Amino acid sequence: MDAATPRSRTEITGGAHTPRKHDSAHKHVTGSADYIDDMAEPAGTLHGYLGLAERAHARITAIDLDPVRAAKGVVAVLTAVDVPGSLDISSNGSGDEPMFATETALFHGQPVFAVVAETRELARRAAKKAVISYEDLPHVTDVRAAMEAEYPLVTEPLKLERGDIEAGLAAAPRRLKGEMRIGGQDHFYLEGHIALAIPGEDDEVTVWSSTQHPSEVQHIVAHALGTVSNAVTVQVRRMGGGFGGKETQSNLFAAIAAIAAKKLNRAVKIRPDRDDDMIITGKRHDFLVEYDIGFDDNGVIHAVDASFAARCGFSSDLSGPVTDRALFHADNCYFYKDVRLVSKPMMTNTVSNTAFRGFGGPQGMLGGERMIEEIAYALGRDPLEIRKANFYGQGDDPEGRNLTPYHQKVEDNIIGRIVEDLEASSDYQARRAEIIEFNRNSPVIRRGIALTPVKFGISFTATWFNQAGALVHVYQDGSIHLNHGGTEMGQGLNTKVAQVLAEEFQVDLDTIRITATTTGKVPNTSATAASSGTDLNGMAAANAAQQIKTRLVAFASEKFNIPEDQVAFEPNHVRVGNELLPFGDFIKLAYQARIQLSAAGFYKTPDIHWNRATGKGRPFYYYAYGAAVSEVSIDTLTGEYQVDRVDVLHDAGKSLNPALDIGQIEGAFVQGMGWLTTEELWWDDKGRLRTHAPSTYKIPLASDRPKIFNVKLAEWAENREPTIRRSKAVGEPPFMLPISVLEALGMAVASIADYQVSPRLDAPATPERVLMAVERLKAMVSETEISGEDGADA
Amino acid sequence: MTQSHRKSIRFRLNDQTVELSNIAPDQTLLDWLRLDRRLTGTKEGCAEGDCGACTVLVGRIDSGLLTYETVNACIRLTTSLDATHVVTVEYLNRPDGALSAVQQAMVDNHGSQCGFCTPGIVASLHALWLAEPNPSEADIERQLQGNLCRCTGYEPIVKAAVDAAKTIPSADNDRLVAAYDATTQALLEFADGTGAIIEHDSGTTFVPANVDDLAEIYATHPEATIVAGSTDVGLWVTKHMRDISPVIHVGHLEELKQIKIDETGIMLGAGVSYTSARGALVSVFPQMAELWDRIGGEQVRNMGTVGGNIANGSPIGDTPPPLIALGATVTLRKGETRRSMPLEEFFIDYGKQDRQPGEFVESIFVPPLAEDVFYAVYKISKRRDEDISALCGAFHLDTDADGVVTSARIAFGGMAGTPKRAPRTEAALIGQPWSWETVQAARAVLAEDYQPLTDWRASAEYRMLTAQNLLIRFFLETCGAPARIERHPALAEV
Repeated sequence: MDAATPRSRTEITGGAHTPRKHDSAHKHVTGSADYIDDMAEPAGTLHGYLGLAERAHARITAIDLDPVRAAKGVVAVLTAVDVPGSLDISSNGSGDEPMFATETALFHGQPVFAVVAETRELARRAAKKAVISYEDLPHVTDVRAAMEAEYPLVTEPLKLERGDIEAGLAAAPRRLKGEMRIGGQDHFYLEGHIALAIPGEDDEVTVWSSTQHPSEVQHIVAHALGTVSNAVTVQVRRMGGGFGGKETQSNLFAAIAAIAAKKLNRAVKIRPDRDDDMIITGKRHDFLVEYDIGFDDNGVIHAVDASFAARCGFSSDLSGPVTDRALFHADNCYFYKDVRLVSKPMMTNTVSNTAFRGFGGPQGMLGGERMIEEIAYALGRDPLEIRKANFYGQGDDPEGRNLTPYHQKVEDNIIGRIVEDLEASSDYQARRAEIIEFNRNSPVIRRGIALTPVKFGISFTATWFNQAGALVHVYQDGSIHLNHGGTEMGQGLNTKVAQVLAEEFQVDLDTIRITATTTGKVPNTSATAASSGTDLNGMAAANAAQQIKTRLVAFASEKFNIPEDQVAFEPNHVRVGNELLPFGDFIKLAYQARIQLSAAGFYKTPDIHWNRATGKGRPFYYYAYGAAVSEVSIDTLTGEYQVDRVDVLHDAGKSLNPALDIGQIEGAFVQGMGWLTTEELWWDDKGRLRTHAPSTYKIPLASDRPKIFNVKLAEWAENREPTIRRSKAVGEPPFMLPISVLEALGMAVASIADYQVSPRLDAPATPERVLMAVERLKAMVSETEISGEDGADA
Repeated sequence: MTQSHRKSIRFRLNDQTVELSNIAPDQTLLDWLRLDRRLTGTKEGCAEGDCGACTVLVGRIDSGLLTYETVNACIRLTTSLDATHVVTVEYLNRPDGALSAVQQAMVDNHGSQCGFCTPGIVASLHALWLAEPNPSEADIERQLQGNLCRCTGYEPIVKAAVDAAKTIPSADNDRLVAAYDATTQALLEFADGTGAIIEHDSGTTFVPANVDDLAEIYATHPEATIVAGSTDVGLWVTKHMRDISPVIHVGHLEELKQIKIDETGIMLGAGVSYTSARGALVSVFPQMAELWDRIGGEQVRNMGTVGGNIANGSPIGDTPPPLIALGATVTLRKGETRRSMPLEEFFIDYGKQDRQPGEFVESIFVPPLAEDVFYAVYKISKRRDEDISALCGAFHLDTDADGVVTSARIAFGGMAGTPKRAPRTEAALIGQPWSWETVQAARAVLAEDYQPLTDWRASAEYRMLTAQNLLIRFFLETCGAPARIERHPALAEV
């Protein structure tokens, strides 16, 4: 190579550990990022719409769809008898989730039929014309009511047990019992569910689906059509948010669109209106947690006996693994010496609840944090002191205080350092003292502060899901095509995986084109869920790159007659001995030498196992940690509140992309805060969900975000396991940081009774719940104290 | 008909002139953009004006000046756009094709994740960027009240708004500024003083030329749906699929947009939007500022009207309680006949107003506050902003030199089937010293005035307790004691 050859830059643009923007950011802001409803429709596309049951629990005595068929623009009406294959769309193959209700309606809003018409509006109008007759049966929507009515469990419960719980409770110096109600949550992804099915030849069909789990949609569509998976291709370029709501809930829309498309031999699109989307699809599980805890005067927990009952809805869906994960996180960062945790996945006449960021973990962890809070108020101590007294031990703790209720050792514990750093950087102690002083002199407005930690287990507990594939092509001109099994829903997965690939090949990020996820390129994928997207797909992409690089190195060694260790991938170049070839030029040579420039990568998470029957194993490859300090003000006359300040320190390992990781943390925090504050699902006595649109279901706004919001990554953190470039998953763990908001609200409430009574603030802590908690505490303190606090001298 | 009418409406869509002569009265702007024009950058998130994914800019001539406002395309009727300039996200980049200041700041600050809300957020922030060179955090939050984002937690979006403000809008970096005079000219030419009647298979739309034309059309078609901002009627279309034909648009009528302030009070035309009314009302009644900025989101305030809020008679309308407490009157018109009544008398029962067929709300008159009276307005909702009130209370009280209450007007929304005064509580206050003891006694009497309901916004128990506590808040505030949380305390000082 002559002297004029430009030297390589010292770094590529967009490699690992750099804060790159989202790959679609430019398209997002110009409105040119296509979601499925934006795609040009094939000629003759028809539109489907669903007709819903209007009873919470009833026998269906007659269905008259003639008025629907007669409506303007209607092409076809589909019911259960029109399904050529299996009617069951359950993600777990349990057969308990029919696409259409037939004899019995199990929840208000259950699909009964679909209508297909020339336009979406005509289909919507036609769907309203059905005449369905019912014979009402008793229904329950509430967890407690379901238990009292002895409703069945939707799936096998789980028990985690260690030590002798009866003896542990009996021997503990102090003991208390209580219960907590934890509300569910709608995903409120901004893009609702949608499926566009395009019929092909023979039994083939292509479905564009807003799904986090294309392989499952493929599987369900094949079953519904009575065919096999190789006839079905499922594609998704991006979703307008998922949060778990599109893990299994896309099955329904995709299956019906596909059936209609094959039946009519025309493309069929189904997109429910927002209200219907919220009525038809599952949500985060509501929980009722009952606890009996033994502890000592130092606040050290001796024994925990707790049950976690969940509102699962009419079918099992993911309720088994969700309630399992609740138990896996009921310990959060704390060692329970003697422990028994049981799940109660209750059937209810409500929509079948499903995955939602954290997947039961948040509810389990919140139950655990309630126990800490109870102990703290019982002892008149700062809950933070109780937390520290119960943290898991580190490494090979000689006292064995590092064993979880599921018998996995906590080996990577860094919560002590995280909390210590945050306590100092947020000036927690001084602020807490100042707040207590403020409350003494403020009759109406009260403030609270809380520091809560998070430890979240990473891996699917269904061990076989912990695998991924990627397909990488390097073209003759040196441009690279990337495809992997993960789906992009805003989290920046594609950007991160492309960064991994750029780093592997040492090429600038814009050399790599990210393409739509399709079951035709990478088969048998797992849901993009459980925070696993980057861990799994990043590794698979790296594996594909390494396969290609291995071939390229062997080629260069042979062609240039040098040892393989003298071939190196340098920024946008390949070094061959003393020569530096531009990457594109080098690839051209390899192509001409007939080197295979494409590879299918694969990865499976090592070292994990789980035996559900015994409740023992190592379900998690590692843990992600974090902590937050939240400060709030409440109005004790109305229950209104605001979040004044939040400080977060979070562990993303060695972050692949600090900008995107901070974005995940901020977003998860505000979403979790919504879950615990203003987002309330409300069913009426007829079993109708009445909060099914943004007018009635209130997710946080810009003006709800913490007024001061300091978010930092623990820059010293590094995954002790050999994950992709030692990073850690970041999708779900920060969702639980705003437990600190709920507890800070609780402290403000507790000020009413001088912090001597546990506020027992249930979630969501709407202004109403805050006010009622204030009232409860006011009633508990003496009459004279009340007039002293709220008196006319104010 | 006295007035001659065009058979089409004309407006600008981005850089094109559009003339529509065959369009349904219930055609939403969003569906028209997406399905007819294939402008798919504007998204449907909720189809009820709450999420803002469909936000577009609509420019209109207001007092001779071209002004751009954000609106929700999902509930805006296309036939209401005569003589306006509709601007979608596809047209917000710079004249040279580069990203706009807002777009670039959104990219630089990682303001998009899934991207679905982003076009609406870009539209909202673009309108703010054009209007406010130095936005405060409160301004930004207020502008974003009608834009939901589920991914980012908003922090980077607020930062982007701050960043964008560092670039000053000019003809070089903004198409709307560059074409300002030409667009103004075009819109003035469209607004030729004639109205329009649009016939379509599915029904008729009337765009009256002026208020007399409106009176004549409505008298002839008393079955028609009067549409001002369509923040209510839009939902009848998108959610209830109700047939609203024939439609009579009133939102464009200059006479109904009149605001007159003099020593006798404020007269608001029925077509005055919340945004337009804000300046006048808040300058006279600064106590209304907080409530006003918490009605809907910015898009809804730009579209919705005080007249519509009253005419539709919602039991929880946010404007009636403060207006009733002030002693406002409403004027109705049918043909050439007008009548006026105290606002509280207009609300007869749940869903029933004292409005005859063919009669429409023409104006609202609000008398000024006497000196040294106490007046306060409180809105309580599950979420602070862009939420329908669980309850909304207004207190208006006068005392004599001895501190004895001489008059009291208390009105609540959300506590009954209509916005309603509290006569027994008022009676319990009048003649008593304005003291803690009096307030405690009156507080109990509120339970005789109202029997609120339980629903998803609040339980009956919470509504009553909070209403009673608001009386305490009012008392404390009249004593100068701080008694509420203010996110941006400066906002109250308008």
